[in-house]
Amino acid sequence: MASASQHRLRKRLLKAGHFIGLFLAMCVITIPGLWVVLNSFRPTVEIMAKPPVWIPNSLNLDHYRAMFGGAGQGGIPVWTYFTNSLIISVTSTLIALLIGMAGGYAFARYKFKGKAMTFVMLMATRAVPGVALSLPVFIIFGRTGLIDTHLGMILVYVALNVPFTIWLIDGFFRQVPKELAEAAEIDGCTRWQAFWRVEFPVARAGIASAGIFAFLTSWNEYALASQLTRSVSSKTMPVGLLDFTSQFTLNWGGMCALAVLMIIPALILTFLVQKHLIAGLTFGGVKG
Amino acid sequence: MTRAKLPPWLLLLMPAFLILAAVVLVPLLLSLYSSFTPYQLTRPETLWKINFPFNYEKALTDPGFWKAFGRTVLLLTIALNLEMLLGLGLALMVAKVQRGQRTLRTMMMFPMMFSPILVGFMFKFIFNDNVGLVNNALQSMGLASTAIPWLVDGNLALFAIICAEVWMSTSVFAILILAGLFALPQDPLEAAKVDGCTPWQSFRYVTLPFLMPFIYIAMAIRSLDVARAYDIVQVMTGGGPAKRTELLWTMIGRTGYVDARMGYANAMGYIAILLSIAFTVYFFLKLQSARRELGMGD
Repeated sequence: MASASQHRLRKRLLKAGHFIGLFLAMCVITIPGLWVVLNSFRPTVEIMAKPPVWIPNSLNLDHYRAMFGGAGQGGIPVWTYFTNSLIISVTSTLIALLIGMAGGYAFARYKFKGKAMTFVMLMATRAVPGVALSLPVFIIFGRTGLIDTHLGMILVYVALNVPFTIWLIDGFFRQVPKELAEAAEIDGCTRWQAFWRVEFPVARAGIASAGIFAFLTSWNEYALASQLTRSVSSKTMPVGLLDFTSQFTLNWGGMCALAVLMIIPALILTFLVQKHLIAGLTFGGVKG
Repeated sequence: MTRAKLPPWLLLLMPAFLILAAVVLVPLLLSLYSSFTPYQLTRPETLWKINFPFNYEKALTDPGFWKAFGRTVLLLTIALNLEMLLGLGLALMVAKVQRGQRTLRTMMMFPMMFSPILVGFMFKFIFNDNVGLVNNALQSMGLASTAIPWLVDGNLALFAIICAEVWMSTSVFAILILAGLFALPQDPLEAAKVDGCTPWQSFRYVTLPFLMPFIYIAMAIRSLDVARAYDIVQVMTGGGPAKRTELLWTMIGRTGYVDARMGYANAMGYIAILLSIAFTVYFFLKLQSARRELGMGD
């Protein structure tokens, strides 16, 4: 009897420990982000308060108003940064997807010599640290006039995204049974038609999530963008964040407001694709 | 017609090869060449003076460089192992939950949405000695009497950087390991139970070996982007105080852009590139062998 009740007690303790551990972990994961969101809505006095103000007294949109309101009131060209980011990220994502689809299809459907090696080499290009790559790219772009242009950034981001896009899309094409496409070919489709009518629709959701992953990479990239963009005409939002810093001070409120603006699109997109993303990474990796 | 002779897979991969050659390979060749010269941005003619081992010799005999190199390797080792362990723990905890698991999974992905530079600013704020969240919490709970200078002291700053890095990347591990746990076949686990294994034994000898490929996937994905820590360090300390948190990457950035000594920066850059590629290739090979063990290889 004693052992039975002891057993039950142990089980209950384990359960409580599990709950507390999970709760703490989730707090650590979410609180820093929520803190940023909260700070974007409250006056600077309260952000800088000591002792800290945990529960806000007043919420307002002052930081947002200041950010959007021209140069005089501490504003930065937010909309220009936003459109720069959007143009560069969307265009580079679309191109990377097209290239990635071709490459992923090649890896999923053809057998060739040195396939594994080619794959690892492709991935290795992605591993080059941004800041190390930015040095020679900076020199070349400086000579060719690509520096500080949308086109230059798009080219760089396409190259950055292609290896990973190939990996993900390869995984999704592998999940499409070969027999499906073969059946279509027997029915008189060319390989090209079979691809668009059979394989592409089945793998579409996965391809979309690969696209969103590529989009997020470009949207959040800093190391290359900070060197290859110089002026308002091509600066992206992560680089724009630095506009809130000066030599000795930081405008925390304004920075938090811009941060929220950056996170919102990322948040929506991530939630849309989370399921496919996980499936794609694991299939591409394990069954590759 | 040479075009018709190309095998279809090569034709399909051609655009990828072309763009990577143009944006990665050619610049890397240029950087290899310029690392042999005393090239300075402000003096373009220096690009044509070849002085082969000079930059490398200078880098390899500079104690500052070796300190940064060692610190980079140390940071990566600590961060990757911590991320792996925490991710494994988190995944095991989440996998046990029956109700509300979807919400938990969504919350877990939260840090993945943050730009690394944003994470840097966020943790710079959190660890700020005056108004930061950590010091405020410690002081109001009475755990610390005076403000702890997190980002001013070298070791504490490195700790703060590791915190930021781990916060940002643990979820990648957690999510992939969770996917592995869902795919875990139940039969061997039950067999282990029947054979009288303790929960620890069945975890160690059944669950963990099955999870290894998933852990390697996560490692491989992370190794593709290890230099992401550059953004965080750049923002949080800028390599300071007094270069005590200087990593290879911040050192390269400073030498190249602030001092304009491109040749020297490229030489160090090459060492950093080889380090990253070694990481990546290592984990991809590990991944392939883990796959083969499970009979899932090609």
